[in-house]
Amino acid sequence: MSLSLIVLFPLIGFLINGLFGAKLPKPVPGVIASLAVLASFVVAAIGFLQVADSGAAINETAYTWMSAGSFRADVAFTLDQLSGLMILVVTGIGFLIHLYSVGYMAQDHNDPESKKYARYFTFLNLFIAFMAILVLADNYLLMFVGWEGVGLCSYFLIGFWLEREDAAEASKKAFIMNRIGDFAFLLGMMLIFLAAGSLKYTEVFAAFKANPELFSTGLVSLTGITLLLFIGACGKSAQVPLYTWLPDAMAGPTPVSALIHAATMVTAGVYMCARSSALFDAAPTTRLIICAVGTITAIVAGLTALAHTDIKKVLAYSTVSQLGFMFMAIGAGAYSAAIFHVFTHAFFKACLFLGAGSVIHALHGEQDMRKMGGLASKMKATNLTFLLSGLALAGAIPFAGFFSKDEIIAQTWHAAGGNSIYLLFAAVGLVTAFITALYTGRQYAQVFGGAARDEHLHEHAHESPAVMTIPLWILAAGAVFAGFLGVPHIPGVPEQLHAMANWLGPVFGEKHGEESANWLLLGLGAIIGWGGWILGRNLGLKGGATSVLPQNSSLSLDRVYNGTIVRAGDLLATASRWFDEKIVDGLVNGVGQMFGQISAALRLTQTSFVRNYALSMALGAAVVIAYFVSRG
Amino acid sequence: MPTHYYLVISALLFSIGVLGVLVRRNAIIIFMCIEMMLNAANLAFIAAARELKNMDGQVFVFFVMTVAAAEVAVGLAIIVTLFRNKETVDVDEVNLLKF
Repeated sequence: MSLSLIVLFPLIGFLINGLFGAKLPKPVPGVIASLAVLASFVVAAIGFLQVADSGAAINETAYTWMSAGSFRADVAFTLDQLSGLMILVVTGIGFLIHLYSVGYMAQDHNDPESKKYARYFTFLNLFIAFMAILVLADNYLLMFVGWEGVGLCSYFLIGFWLEREDAAEASKKAFIMNRIGDFAFLLGMMLIFLAAGSLKYTEVFAAFKANPELFSTGLVSLTGITLLLFIGACGKSAQVPLYTWLPDAMAGPTPVSALIHAATMVTAGVYMCARSSALFDAAPTTRLIICAVGTITAIVAGLTALAHTDIKKVLAYSTVSQLGFMFMAIGAGAYSAAIFHVFTHAFFKACLFLGAGSVIHALHGEQDMRKMGGLASKMKATNLTFLLSGLALAGAIPFAGFFSKDEIIAQTWHAAGGNSIYLLFAAVGLVTAFITALYTGRQYAQVFGGAARDEHLHEHAHESPAVMTIPLWILAAGAVFAGFLGVPHIPGVPEQLHAMANWLGPVFGEKHGEESANWLLLGLGAIIGWGGWILGRNLGLKGGATSVLPQNSSLSLDRVYNGTIVRAGDLLATASRWFDEKIVDGLVNGVGQMFGQISAALRLTQTSFVRNYALSMALGAAVVIAYFVSRG
Repeated sequence: MPTHYYLVISALLFSIGVLGVLVRRNAIIIFMCIEMMLNAANLAFIAAARELKNMDGQVFVFFVMTVAAAEVAVGLAIIVTLFRNKETVDVDEVNLLKF
């Protein structure tokens, strides 16, 4: 099976839907798109099993993209343990969300023809294709193609309801903020090429291993390269200070939020850092910064989530917070823990978003949690799946989030052996885990628990169709069981339960199993998860009408950006405009006016009286004669 | 008769012609004044030829008369056309070519 097929199937779906989708009747574009992604998933799964069988990566060069002098870039794919896992998550969860979207998007009453419907699936398929390129690329340049491509699709899909002002604004914001990160990524890539003379992962890492000196000559320094790569990751993975686009991205359709802004695209930054683990491993300064940024992001976003009452905004900030956890793991040098969290997070966060979409759909577009409540009896499937994945997010034992989050905190704690500041990060991580459980519990209780707060909305609420609930069930199953792939090393636990670390081990060159489980952290994690959940649930049930923190206390960078960067931009634009209007235009217009005035003065001599012209001729002749006479 | 007598008369005729062109408004009069200036020049040529005992000046006069004849034909045609269009030969009435 050719790896190119994984990219090709969604591209074919994209072409069909893009060219003819608007002419097809309603469920057809959705079915085509879903089948395309399913086909990708099947191919990816076959490749994955092959890798599992042989233990060696599959490499495939489609064609040479460009070649100039010593520079050469191939469109080449590689499927190893890391990219195999990622591509399964992307196509697998991508397929479930496509399936869900078939039901979710069909109910747009403002779209009698399937024009928007087809457009939606066109971009969703294009997104999967670009994400597959990003994940499967075997060099940084091709990864960058996918990287930009998913950013573009994200822009299209956030602004899907382009007639809404906030959606249009949010899509622009996401694109611009991503570009800041992309620029840094590009610079990092150039420095890597300068140092290693290649952009192919294997060649870069081999060059680094053979001669680390190459990476610290002249302009190039390993810390610089890794920091630039990390800034790129910050943009895509919504870390402080570039995270503000992600909450705004909730202006897009809810399945898009689930797929792009929770499960797949935003984890691209984590994937890229994990991919470059050979470089990050040797840059302890960078990793310290990453860990600090991740920790700050996690707690700030967690606190912000506590303050919001919009069901999607809470999940958005929670995503930012969880991404912060993943970067904590990267910073601690625990790449497989980071990818493990990417894996579990993809399940439960996709499920939570889709559940939220189901609720919003049932309540005819209402997103304010203060008007919800008592939905448990009305929406049985949504309620149960939301509960399970909510518990997973909260890190309640034995759900998936508990194991992955505990692994991250334990690894950060473990990293404190080298630098004791990591102890602080681990402690903040524990606090954040508690906050996570708190807002998740509150959210669940506010939406589903207690009594209905808005009778009218509650009256009309109904369960979503099966095409939407089946993906929910599958994702919820993942949220429950995915954690058992990475159980801590407790004596007596069978080896299969450490599958995740063992699987990713060859890629990162990590050896696990030496450090035994940290009972203190395990115990604390268990208490924090359930304790936070129960406390949050009570908060949600009791004071359901208000958020825990006042809304305006949200620790938002937006105001800072608006006050500084946006303001400075405005001022600069005003100054430029003044310069253009007064100086540049003034010069050009001034020259024109000058000639106009001169000719206006000269025009007066053109009297049209023949005698005047004759007189000037006669005078001229007289002057000429006088001149020659006076010369003698 | 000394040559400068002829030249003084020639200068007088020329000046009268110039003055006529500058002050009169009737196109035909202006035209006649121009003819007078040409003939003043002719007189100067003849006088110079006699003084210098050279026939070149007399040859020039023939040229001038030929050209003047052609000029009269063209000039009168213009004046006739002007009269047909504007029903006047007053040059101050012909004043379209201005700012």
